[in-house]
Amino acid sequence: MSSVAVSKKGFGATVWDYLTTVDHKKLGVMYLLAGTLFFAIAGFEALLMRIQLMVPNNDFVSAGTFNELLTMHGTTMLFLAATPLLFGFMNAVIPLQIGARDVAFPFLNSLGFWMFFLGALFLHLSFFLGGAPDAGWTNYASLALYSPGHGVDFYVLGLQISGAGTLISGINFIVTIITMRAPGMTFMRMPLFTWTSLITSALITFAFPPLTVGLFLMLVDRMFEANFFDHTMGGNTIIWEHLFWIFGHPEVYILVLPAFGLFSEIIPVFARKRLFGYSSMVFATILIGFLGFMVWAHHMFTTGLGATANAIFAVATMAIAVPTGMKVFNWIMTIWGGSVKVTVPMLYALGFIPSFVAGGVTGVMQAAAPLDYQLHDSYFIVAHFHYVIVGGIVTAIFGSMHFYWPIMFNRALSETLGKWTFWIFFIGFHCTFFIQHFLGLMGMPRRVFTYQANQGWDLFNFISSIGAILMAIGVILLVLNIIVSAKSKPLNCRDYWGDGRSLEWAIKTPVPFYNFKQTPLVRGYDPYWLEKHEGNEEGMTYAEPLGEIHMPNNSILPLIMSIGTFVAAFGALYHPDGKSWAIPVLILGLAITVGAMIIRSMKDDLGFHVHVEEIVATEEHLYGKGDNK
Amino acid sequence: MMKGLKKWRLFSLLAVMTVFLSACGEDYISTLNPTGAVGKEQFNLLLFSITIMALVVIVVSVLYLYAFLKARRSRLGEDFMPKQVEGSHTLEVIWTVIPIILLLILAVPTLVTTYKFADVAAMDEVDEEGNKTALTINVTAKLYWWEFEYPEQGIVTAQELVVPTGEKVYFNLKAADVKHSFWIPAVGGKMDTNVENVNKFYLKFDEESEGLEQGVFYGKCAELCGPSHALMDFKVKSLDRDGFNDWVAAMQATEGQTASADSTDLGEQTFANSCLMCHAVSGVGAAGAMGPNLTAFGDRNRVAGVLEHTTESIEKWVSNPEAIKPGNLMTGKYGELSDEEISAVADYIMGLSVED
Amino acid sequence: MEHTKFTPQSWPDKPEQATMEGKNKFVGIWIFICSDITLFASVFATYLSLKDKGPAGMEYSAAELFELPLAFVMTMLLLTSSLTSVYAMYHMKNYNFKGVQIWMSITVLLGLGFLALEIYEFYHYVHDGFGYTQSAFSSAFFTLVGTHGLHVVIGLVWILCLIFRNAGRGLNLYNAPKYYAASIFWHFIDVVWVFIFTVVYLMGVLG
Repeated sequence: MSSVAVSKKGFGATVWDYLTTVDHKKLGVMYLLAGTLFFAIAGFEALLMRIQLMVPNNDFVSAGTFNELLTMHGTTMLFLAATPLLFGFMNAVIPLQIGARDVAFPFLNSLGFWMFFLGALFLHLSFFLGGAPDAGWTNYASLALYSPGHGVDFYVLGLQISGAGTLISGINFIVTIITMRAPGMTFMRMPLFTWTSLITSALITFAFPPLTVGLFLMLVDRMFEANFFDHTMGGNTIIWEHLFWIFGHPEVYILVLPAFGLFSEIIPVFARKRLFGYSSMVFATILIGFLGFMVWAHHMFTTGLGATANAIFAVATMAIAVPTGMKVFNWIMTIWGGSVKVTVPMLYALGFIPSFVAGGVTGVMQAAAPLDYQLHDSYFIVAHFHYVIVGGIVTAIFGSMHFYWPIMFNRALSETLGKWTFWIFFIGFHCTFFIQHFLGLMGMPRRVFTYQANQGWDLFNFISSIGAILMAIGVILLVLNIIVSAKSKPLNCRDYWGDGRSLEWAIKTPVPFYNFKQTPLVRGYDPYWLEKHEGNEEGMTYAEPLGEIHMPNNSILPLIMSIGTFVAAFGALYHPDGKSWAIPVLILGLAITVGAMIIRSMKDDLGFHVHVEEIVATEEHLYGKGDNK
Repeated sequence: MMKGLKKWRLFSLLAVMTVFLSACGEDYISTLNPTGAVGKEQFNLLLFSITIMALVVIVVSVLYLYAFLKARRSRLGEDFMPKQVEGSHTLEVIWTVIPIILLLILAVPTLVTTYKFADVAAMDEVDEEGNKTALTINVTAKLYWWEFEYPEQGIVTAQELVVPTGEKVYFNLKAADVKHSFWIPAVGGKMDTNVENVNKFYLKFDEESEGLEQGVFYGKCAELCGPSHALMDFKVKSLDRDGFNDWVAAMQATEGQTASADSTDLGEQTFANSCLMCHAVSGVGAAGAMGPNLTAFGDRNRVAGVLEHTTESIEKWVSNPEAIKPGNLMTGKYGELSDEEISAVADYIMGLSVED
Repeated sequence: MEHTKFTPQSWPDKPEQATMEGKNKFVGIWIFICSDITLFASVFATYLSLKDKGPAGMEYSAAELFELPLAFVMTMLLLTSSLTSVYAMYHMKNYNFKGVQIWMSITVLLGLGFLALEIYEFYHYVHDGFGYTQSAFSSAFFTLVGTHGLHVVIGLVWILCLIFRNAGRGLNLYNAPKYYAASIFWHFIDVVWVFIFTVVYLMGVLG
């Protein structure tokens, strides 16, 4: 454990601790575990899909099951794997990186996690309760309304709950980064991961509400006989497309910007060189965030919006390539003239650059609307987005696991196993997805559960499926690495990689529950590197004398509030079936949630204070006697 | 660490090979060997954008490789401390301006073709007698089949689109139930069929399809529409103008054709009792039928869009449509038929033809 | 620090931002408002696309349905309630707890009046056959105005909780940011109503 209370805990007490924790470090671990679980599930769904598509006219899974797999694969990977894994890093690292004790709203931080987790659980129960959603992760309105059974209802309700959790966390990080930076850390001295997390959180704040509205409209149309998408009653299915993509495009930047930020931390450390073009990188991040809201209809080029709409969105989409390219050049120039050590995190960074660039350039091709008329809804698109997602985001997550493992767990993942994982996964990734560009160009549409023989697609599909098997092996090795590391020796050191530049490396692991015992003083960009190279080998200069530390209390209420929404969702789900208990259950669930909120508001919760003697005792217990700085 | 080098080779190879890509894929379905002005222009846009992007990839790859190879710590030694460079204003300007220029270059043909492909004004043009000058086909996408109506000619067919070569063919696209998307990859890009509005676009077919391996271009549904989305194929037969006119005349000549329940032929009798309410056998009529028009069934390329064009396939389909296309709307609509009836009706349907 | 004894002179100028938790709540409520703006923007856009749209032979339209006088009275009630919440904040700056409680209570009463009129209006429509499920237009109308109404309910519950909870405690640096956040939320609801009045009622009737 990375944060150790001075007394040892029993199993029950540990479980209770994690159910009630508001500590960003523990929540970071919980996000990482949950995200990894859902990543494995979604990966397994993909493996099943690729086995089905290995040969033409296959009957490994039925058509209906295949549609459920493809829907759950996309939905789970984006909402329930990538987002929580990135949130895991944001939680674990940002407060340390800005020299704070926790986030601005620790209670809400916990609420955000439990809402995400219970929403994810609710969505996955669909497999056992009549079938998963099967209208694609994009859940287009006419098919989604037509789809029989409760699958789509699980999608709507599960994402509504999960999405609320994400929105809460997004607001939390904005406030944290704005108000809780250590003295001396101006905006232009913040590490890039903090910057990208700030912009990501702003994107979340503005992008999730349209999704909330879209899901609500779909909910009332399916469950309460509203008419938003029913054209016989005056409704319009294209409204769903607009609302979904106004969310959906910023969503992909919500995922990729933290990945960019993580690589902007990894590359300077392993190149021993400061990030090239810091202010351009910040500017590019802001521009990408802004432009991300201007391009959503490039997902709708074939919908029939008209030439002018298509023209505007085509040009806007091409524009995003400029700040993104700027970033790639800056990363390359960071490496240029540096001293590069190829550790596992750096290996992922080196693999990321060409892979992401490949994905990015196919994106620019798709931005040319008339070309997109051929490419849209074909395997070319599937290839493109997997290149940017796997090549960009998954490599960042895998690399950052290695990078930040010492801080999060006071252990290191095995470099050897890590290198094997990288190569097997990376080769599998290119094997699967490079060839899919050609399948798309050769006329293969996406979301097809099978294909006829003799259309020229057989060999490429086979090769693509082999790659999937390689990726599965890679992920298994990663999971093995995680399990093995639990048994390895604790590191008990600071600056594990030796060339840490930012504040999170200045603290000795295991990190005490209160983080820095005194708020550090930030004297420039890369503050820890600065201190190290001025001869201060033992950590940071501090901005305040050692004094009482004010910490937030644990609470079970976030879990209870989330359970309330989970219960309410069941009521809403079974209402259209005419079940008499449905509305009472819905009301009960909402009452639990609102009741917990009122209980929370009625009590004063001022946190607790850690006295100086306790701080000294904790530091001694963790690091031994002597001059602990 | 030569993986970067392999990538560089791969991408420059790609750029060069693009010209040879046109051999990739089958000519009745691949976008890389298009027929007709629309598909060809889209293919040119593909080549143009790949070339510009390949340029970018080559530059980035060279810089990346050079930077990495020179900076390896194994080469520089553990003690080397690099110079901590903040940045370079000049470089930032260069790698902002050059991409903008490249994108502007790409944007020009993009914008021109966007407007070009949206120009459907000719659909409204009429000659002195008030007849439309351009051929317009009303496409209705249904679960899981395609209906094609020729309003000016007064005929309707299904599953196999017949078009003339050498002229722009205009389409009114609509969906009857859920959203689908109309795509003939070897001819040009797709357009969605929505439930609440009609989309319009055009394609041009410059090659007669009889030169193709199966004599038809392949059409696909390109929007997830349910379990049998992958099986919602249609076919396109392109004929020269005279051949097309002959086909239209032959279809018009089937006016009034029907199946009789009193027929001595078991197949026709069965058809009249069990199939006729949804499936017309006259090519004259309007769109909006419950099931595909079977007037020219004997001339088609597939049964139910995906099965081989044999009487065995028809028997298989009629016995259990759900097993072939899960979720289709024909299942359960016509009661139990005996094997004898099924065999007879398959022969009858296969005999329906307008071609000599 | 939160429970230090203050006098009107020693009470900070900006009590809602005088502690770290207060500053966080101050920034937090504004960021939350940003997300809520986007939420309402999406619902407004949906409403505008579906205005007057219904099944063939649709009998209802905005021009015939909405009554401006009622909407005007509701607007006045809500605008006044915003003003009274400003008075409450004025008293909070001057360390006058009684003033805060009284003016917040008046705000709640005016809000309840608004709500009562809205319920009356909705009942009237449903009774005449213009219910939630009647058409796309009706679904959009009730969702937009109903979402706003739900925000009003939430605001009222919030302010009432503050009034009752703090009745025995008095004003301090722990609850000052909470009153502030609630008042910002209340102002936001009022601004959204101005848009609803304009876009739904005024533009609906006047065309």
